[in-house]
Amino acid sequence: MGDTILSLNNISKSFGPIDVLHDINLEVRAGEVLCLLGDNGAGKSTVIRLLSGVHQPTSGRMVMDGKPVQFKNPREAADHGIATVHQFGGTFPLMSIGRSFFIGREPTRWFGPLKIYDRKKANEIAVKAVQNFGITRIDDGDRLVGGLSGGERQALAIARAVHFGARVLILDEPTAALGVKQATHVLCIVNEAKKRGLAVIFITHQVMHAMAVGDHFAVLIRGAVAADFRKGERTREQITDLMAGGETMATLEAEIDAHSTPASAQ
Amino acid sequence: MNSHSALGGLLRRPESGAFLGLIAVLAFFGIFGGLTFLQPAGMASWMNVAANLGVIAIPVGLLMIAGELDISVGAMVPFGAMTVAVVSGHYGLSIWLGIGVTLIFGVLVGLINGYMVVRTAVPSLIVTLGSLFAVQGVVLGLTVLITKSTSVALKVEGPAKAIFGDFVFGGQVQAMVLWWLVVTAAYIYFVHFSRFGNWIFAMGGDKVSARNAGIPTERMTIVLFVLSSTSAVFVGMCQAILYNSAQVAGGQSFIFNSIISVVVGGVLLTGGFGSIIGIFFGTITFAIVNQGIYYTNFDRNWSALIIGVLLLVAVLMNNTFRKMALSYAPKKGVK
Repeated sequence: MGDTILSLNNISKSFGPIDVLHDINLEVRAGEVLCLLGDNGAGKSTVIRLLSGVHQPTSGRMVMDGKPVQFKNPREAADHGIATVHQFGGTFPLMSIGRSFFIGREPTRWFGPLKIYDRKKANEIAVKAVQNFGITRIDDGDRLVGGLSGGERQALAIARAVHFGARVLILDEPTAALGVKQATHVLCIVNEAKKRGLAVIFITHQVMHAMAVGDHFAVLIRGAVAADFRKGERTREQITDLMAGGETMATLEAEIDAHSTPASAQ
Repeated sequence: MNSHSALGGLLRRPESGAFLGLIAVLAFFGIFGGLTFLQPAGMASWMNVAANLGVIAIPVGLLMIAGELDISVGAMVPFGAMTVAVVSGHYGLSIWLGIGVTLIFGVLVGLINGYMVVRTAVPSLIVTLGSLFAVQGVVLGLTVLITKSTSVALKVEGPAKAIFGDFVFGGQVQAMVLWWLVVTAAYIYFVHFSRFGNWIFAMGGDKVSARNAGIPTERMTIVLFVLSSTSAVFVGMCQAILYNSAQVAGGQSFIFNSIISVVVGGVLLTGGFGSIIGIFFGTITFAIVNQGIYYTNFDRNWSALIIGVLLLVAVLMNNTFRKMALSYAPKKGVK
């Protein structure tokens, strides 16, 4: 078990009169994947936004490396080494791989008296970083990001986060829009990031994907942590039931049957 | 790199459509109008049009690349002309003071536009539509109030005339052409070779991701609006100095003409894709169609038809080239 990098202590968040999160306690460790599970609207996205500095908690505190921290904006979270990769990779379809890799941190060189963007260097570093994650099909930094597959885009975004020194990697449903094979690629990359000692927060509602890479699981139901357990402590059925809001899958199936029977009788 | 892939690489660039369009109109008017419009007198006529339009079209195009639109330039051109004419013509104050006041007004309106777009969630088309009418009202109201006329005379001599509003190269080319070439070169550097250009493309590609990557998107948006409105007052000011007078009307043509130049130049309307050199070609193409008709036997009224068709063809062509760029992957040895 690695050292705890980031922990949330009794975090609550409300937007006006609406309480979105109550008393969240979570811990992320180096070299571990924390799977954040939950149905739509359970508060997963709000947790990410707090961690990545988009929103600030209403109460409670965040502790990083033993020191309390506050992120006023995404930049501050990024400066602390927290990187978020969104479902579609958060990349720019009509920009080249090299340019989008270095967005906001462009390498420059002197060209006479002018400081110019160093395209060659950017492309080289970007391609190398992605290939290190096992995506060898990317070999030209001038290609446009929009021409990559969904899995390759995720790989690019993750490689980018790791390259810029991320210690906590937040993956927001990285496999949701992907086919089976592409999803497997992304899961391999998650494992690779874990091996490199990053703390990964993996948000998903696909239990199979979570179980494939997770070391530690937390299930959110209506803004509270309903269950917090380690790998092997719950079966797949138990996790699915938890995600469905505590109702057992069997009950839901019975409900579906009840609804579909009259329809099929007609 | 072999010649085949070099050609492919050229075609995938945003300006390729604009370049082919330029060749097409050159050929068209070369056949129907003879080559007179490529001789000095003819060149001057379309270069002057292109220069006045181009200085405005580039910042308008940058805004479009960043995912915004500025149509208030249509009011900023007469605003600039009238400001310098009232300050230095009607009141007879120093021309340098007039120039300073004009540019300050340009910056101010740009700040207001940019600030409103950033602070409210109102689309920039609507914000600048509002400022287009507001500025038109101010120009007309104040001019009539101050001068009791809708046209103000301005007499400028000395260096200010030579720098901003005179003819160069033997009397047919406006000084604006030199300004246009200089600012185009400066924009090429900033947009394609400095880091700031990368930020503009990122903003148009995905504003939220750009902000999360640490790009000061709000400040950049405001700067771009300041650039476009200041460029527009600059063009108006130079025209007033050149023609020794300013009118409250006119300028609206710059709205659509700049958008046409930008789109023909290969900029994606929804942002994230385009190039300065493409806008440059697009502007020249527009100006040649606009002026070239005078060198043919066609009725002048047909030029709008040509521009309309040109715009549609350019957009279709640019879509094709963009798809090529997106689907491009380096070929593996066997295939």
